[in-house]
Amino acid sequence: MAIDVRIPTILRTYTDGAKAVEGSGGTLDELFTDLESRHPGIRARLVDGGSLRRFVNVYLNDEDVRFLDGIGTPVGDGDSVTILPAVAGGSA
Amino acid sequence: MRFGSLAESVGNTPLVHLRRLSPSEDVRIWAKLEDRNPTGSVKDRPALHMIERAEAEGRLRPGATILEPTSGNTGISLAMAARLKGYRMVCVMPENTSAERRELLAMWGAEVIPSPAAGGSNTAVRVAKELAAEHPDWVMLYQYGNPDNAGAHYAGTGPEILADLPTVTHFVAGLGTTGTLMGVGRYLREKVPGVAVVAAEPRYDDLVYGLRNLDEGFVPELYDAEVLTTRYSVGSADAVRRTRELLREEGVFAGVSTGAVLHAALGLARKAAKAGERADVVFVVADGGWKYLSTGIYSAESDEAAVELLQGQLWA
Repeated sequence: MAIDVRIPTILRTYTDGAKAVEGSGGTLDELFTDLESRHPGIRARLVDGGSLRRFVNVYLNDEDVRFLDGIGTPVGDGDSVTILPAVAGGSA
Repeated sequence: MRFGSLAESVGNTPLVHLRRLSPSEDVRIWAKLEDRNPTGSVKDRPALHMIERAEAEGRLRPGATILEPTSGNTGISLAMAARLKGYRMVCVMPENTSAERRELLAMWGAEVIPSPAAGGSNTAVRVAKELAAEHPDWVMLYQYGNPDNAGAHYAGTGPEILADLPTVTHFVAGLGTTGTLMGVGRYLREKVPGVAVVAAEPRYDDLVYGLRNLDEGFVPELYDAEVLTTRYSVGSADAVRRTRELLREEGVFAGVSTGAVLHAALGLARKAAKAGERADVVFVVADGGWKYLSTGIYSAESDEAAVELLQGQLWA
């Protein structure tokens, strides 16, 4: 139980308002399934048909998992996972 | 250097080796100083290019009104060009951007329509699209989806970097409209086998993301993930810390988004040094620190105090 998962405000209804929760699993997919067991409904907000939803960004230790192995990305103890909505940003 | 007009002086910015921040002689970090453009940001390149192309294609005619969603820099660049060329300029800008940006836009004669802080630039884009529908005669150049935005960097920034540093191995820039990364990235990929194109994406505090709905997210039309090697999310704390470090160690006075980009650049340099590989890492200084002076982050006693000062502000 030692993967730190940071939850965006919009999904905290599933975590009783918690900004961060802990989870476990060998891949992100397994981690999300583990989260679902304690926070029912959260998985469907993140994953659709075996891949991340279009406007959901997930970062493993600050790196976008779409450039790793998506939801198949291996994770482990001590990792930090951040979930964020996709945004327009930059010095635009 | 001599130019026929201010507009012609855009680009050809310095590329500076940052010795103190570079891990070694084999792993070097280089800053592309885009704050040296006429209005002080990298956005002069796409703004002028988008206007010139729109004029050439007849989409922009004398006396026209230009509309653009912007968190500041593009609006400032467009406003400068609009004044010189006689267009009216209307910007849609999130209300939680710095006072300097509003002042600069007013100075160049632009009208600012504030959009709600919640949702940041996403909301500004939505509001601008609504206004465009109400005013079909206004011309929205739309930096998030205009290929001429990336085109400016493909034609200018990219070739400049390669000419100054043919040994470039990594290019790092901020991810906003994605124009810089798409344009420079495509150019370098064509010319430099194995070059890494890396995005640093700003991560704000909860106040900014607060009400954002996961189903109404926004991905700029210009974005093509194939161009990128990878993408990092950099939070306010790291961005502020690096912005101050850049000033302290190298004397480069940059905006906060540059701190986020430097953070990613330093991470890549460290990785290369550890692996015993040679690297020339180029990162973009998108603007100077002037527009963020009022936040107090540059003179704050500590990094922690500086981070506190930036709470709830859009800094990129």
